[in-house]
Amino acid sequence: MTAAGKLPRWAEFALLPLINLVVAFVLAGGIVRLLGENPWQALRLLVAGAAGSQDAIGYTLYYATNFIFTGLAVAIAYHAGMFNIGAEGQAYIGGLGMGLAALWLGDASRWVVVPLAILAGAGFGAAWAFVPAWLQARRGSHIVITTIMFNFIASALMTYLLVNVLIKPGQQSPETREFGAHAFMPAMHAVLAKVGLTFAPTPFNFAFVLSLIAALLVWIFVWHTRWGYAFRVTGQNPAAAVYAGIAPPRIIIGSMLLSGALAGGLGLNELLGAQHRLIIDFPGGAGFVGIAVSLMGRNHPVGIVAAALLFGALYQGGSQLAFDLPKINRDMVVVIQGLVILFCGAMENLLRAPLTRAWARFARTAPAE
Amino acid sequence: MPPGTPAPALAEIPALELRGIDKRFGSVHANRAVNLSVARGSVHGLIGENGAGKSTLMNIVYGFHRADAGEVLVNGHATNLHAPHDAIAAGIGMVHQHFMLVENFTVLENVILGVEGGALLAAGLARARTELAQLARDYALEVPLDETVADLPVGLQQRIEILKALYRRADILVLDEPTAVLTPQEADALFAMLRRLRDEGKSVILVTHKLREIMAVTDRVTVMRQGAVVANLATVETSPRELAEKMVGRPVLLRVEKAPAQPREPLLSVRALEVRDRFGVARVKQASFDVCAGEIVGVAGVSGNGQSELLETLAGIRAPTSGAILLGGRDLIAERLDPRARRKLGLAHVPEDRLRMGVVASFSAEDNVILGYQDRPSYRRGALLHHRAIRAECEKMMAEHDVRPPSPRLRITAFSGGNQQKLVLAREIESAPEVLLVGQPTRGVDIGAIEFIHRRLIALRDAGKALLVVSVELEEILALADRILVMHAGEIIGEVPRAEATEERLGLMMAGVKREADA
Repeated sequence: MTAAGKLPRWAEFALLPLINLVVAFVLAGGIVRLLGENPWQALRLLVAGAAGSQDAIGYTLYYATNFIFTGLAVAIAYHAGMFNIGAEGQAYIGGLGMGLAALWLGDASRWVVVPLAILAGAGFGAAWAFVPAWLQARRGSHIVITTIMFNFIASALMTYLLVNVLIKPGQQSPETREFGAHAFMPAMHAVLAKVGLTFAPTPFNFAFVLSLIAALLVWIFVWHTRWGYAFRVTGQNPAAAVYAGIAPPRIIIGSMLLSGALAGGLGLNELLGAQHRLIIDFPGGAGFVGIAVSLMGRNHPVGIVAAALLFGALYQGGSQLAFDLPKINRDMVVVIQGLVILFCGAMENLLRAPLTRAWARFARTAPAE
Repeated sequence: MPPGTPAPALAEIPALELRGIDKRFGSVHANRAVNLSVARGSVHGLIGENGAGKSTLMNIVYGFHRADAGEVLVNGHATNLHAPHDAIAAGIGMVHQHFMLVENFTVLENVILGVEGGALLAAGLARARTELAQLARDYALEVPLDETVADLPVGLQQRIEILKALYRRADILVLDEPTAVLTPQEADALFAMLRRLRDEGKSVILVTHKLREIMAVTDRVTVMRQGAVVANLATVETSPRELAEKMVGRPVLLRVEKAPAQPREPLLSVRALEVRDRFGVARVKQASFDVCAGEIVGVAGVSGNGQSELLETLAGIRAPTSGAILLGGRDLIAERLDPRARRKLGLAHVPEDRLRMGVVASFSAEDNVILGYQDRPSYRRGALLHHRAIRAECEKMMAEHDVRPPSPRLRITAFSGGNQQKLVLAREIESAPEVLLVGQPTRGVDIGAIEFIHRRLIALRDAGKALLVVSVELEEILALADRILVMHAGEIIGEVPRAEATEERLGLMMAGVKREADA
């Protein structure tokens, strides 16, 4: 009965996203053409800018790290049926916790500072997610609305704190003093140098490895523990969850806490890894890109890592593109990213129906049937 | 001879004829070269199990789907049916299982909906009023035209649907599972109405899975199995047994043999249970009863009379406003035990609507067999789920409960309704409950599986367990229950031992007529 309208897994997880990506690029190419630039040259520059050198790769992976954390944050909530739009704000407030811990602990041992900073980041991120989660679970306030609003509150709060409270005395830009060196994530070129490999110095740092570990843990949690099972039951069929004795309000709150904690991981890369201080607006939209990454990655850690790498490449290659082609500016790059999000996330069903029909026709004529 | 009776020559031509109708949905072959001929002035039954292709066929007739091949002839003319309005224009009317009525409109407004006949309503309404009065006289189909539909009983709402079709000048009426929401008496009234329509020269197609209805009202019957027509018989020349065999493709037992019950001590006791919905309306009123070890208690009633709420409250899904539920010396209400805690106390539950509640449709079979039992130590290895143990358990359940295909990794929705239900039943029975609550044990389940499920439930009873079975199928209640509670408007209106229960007596109680005072 269900054979109708089903794609084989390889088509679902590889072919369809690929086709969506190609369509997005073709459209973006058309826009580039309208602007009077050569789309092929733009594509070459984009690819070279994202992966053409050690520098490029380093930056691509650095951006991708942010997107892995926020993508995982969105995904884990999504499995429980929660559409968390607030990863941006949770990452921001999580960063506050991480920064405060790093500043407060000063020059204590690395083995004290880093774990506590991670805990503080996760805890602050989770706390910021708790309020919308509680409102959804106990009062029925829609999570999408409240998390969006909490992004604005987070932004305003952080601006206030950085401008008025945490700012390093005697300077103009709203940022704290630098963390103690023990709080820094090791840079990857330094790590690689220790094992005898040379890599260009970039902001690419050890947080990338931690993000992959986080992806592995999310995979284990969602598909191999009973709590993850309870998340998925609640997300797929809340009535069945109640029937099974799972209390949806607890799952809503639990999933949002984990989501906020994962979003807080962004600070590992951005603050402990790259900036080494708390600065204004450091998430830079990564929380929103995480939504696209999670959607495109089918909410699966492997897909999320792949999609995060793609978006990291778009970020890094895109800035190169804006640098090299005078008629293409930073906003144009955002348009290209927007098209990818549009086709791979929001409109992924646009091409699913024709592809499914084509597949059904093919499957029927194939002799195996 | 009433006016409108066709000339004799025309009477030879079938009112509706389907030739070689073929339809596929993806790889599913829903209709295979179906031929069907419905004579003018006859009631034609279309019977088959769920998924046999009846609904697809009727949706083609009504223009919802287009056939891949074949043609539809109305009065001998090939007719193109692209959309329902083509079907209406060709004189085909459809009464859906779920009524297509606007609940807060009056009857009259509902009837003219879509055929208002002009921008201003007044003229159309006046015309409709006279015409409906005429129809009501011709077919004895009285309905209160100015009442709001929501205030009318279901039987009358169904009558409005029939009037709607007649008002649109339908000569061929298709009724899809029309008795699902009716008491036996209401069903009999419907059949009388259908006979009258037939006598007036209309053609009626009755789509059903109930053998009793086919025998009661049809002139001819077409049996479908797996998308194809397997038999076309005159009703007087066939029997329920023959029809059932043709539907399933093998001999079946229509009623499972069972020994008299040996009830012992009560295992589940319900006292003054009152359940209100979120609007404050009482859904279950002061229900008190026991379910004893070694007996099956059946809860009969027309759908929507509080049985669902009762079942969900017992299972812990819904909170009552007052009352007590006693199990193993503990009060489940006072202790506020959730479904998981109740399962641990030996109270298992097969829900009424398995796709809504009993399974997670997007999960595999093996992921569904741990639903509600995901905490069980044997399903775990440390903090992780023990997938291999779960699969082994699922395979064991599939083998013991004849679930086909026995593939634990297959998505649950890829199984037929009967096999899904057997798996849900297996899950709950294998938890070794003392008390089993079962809602609609065989809803959407094929006849072959019905026999199997009934056997399992009776075996559980004979093993000394207590069973509470809620079903809107009176036949099922009569086949399974040792004692029958009848619910009407939230109230347990009476209790009848199986030996004294007849369809007529239960039907009256289901309609709200209280049991004659016990003398």
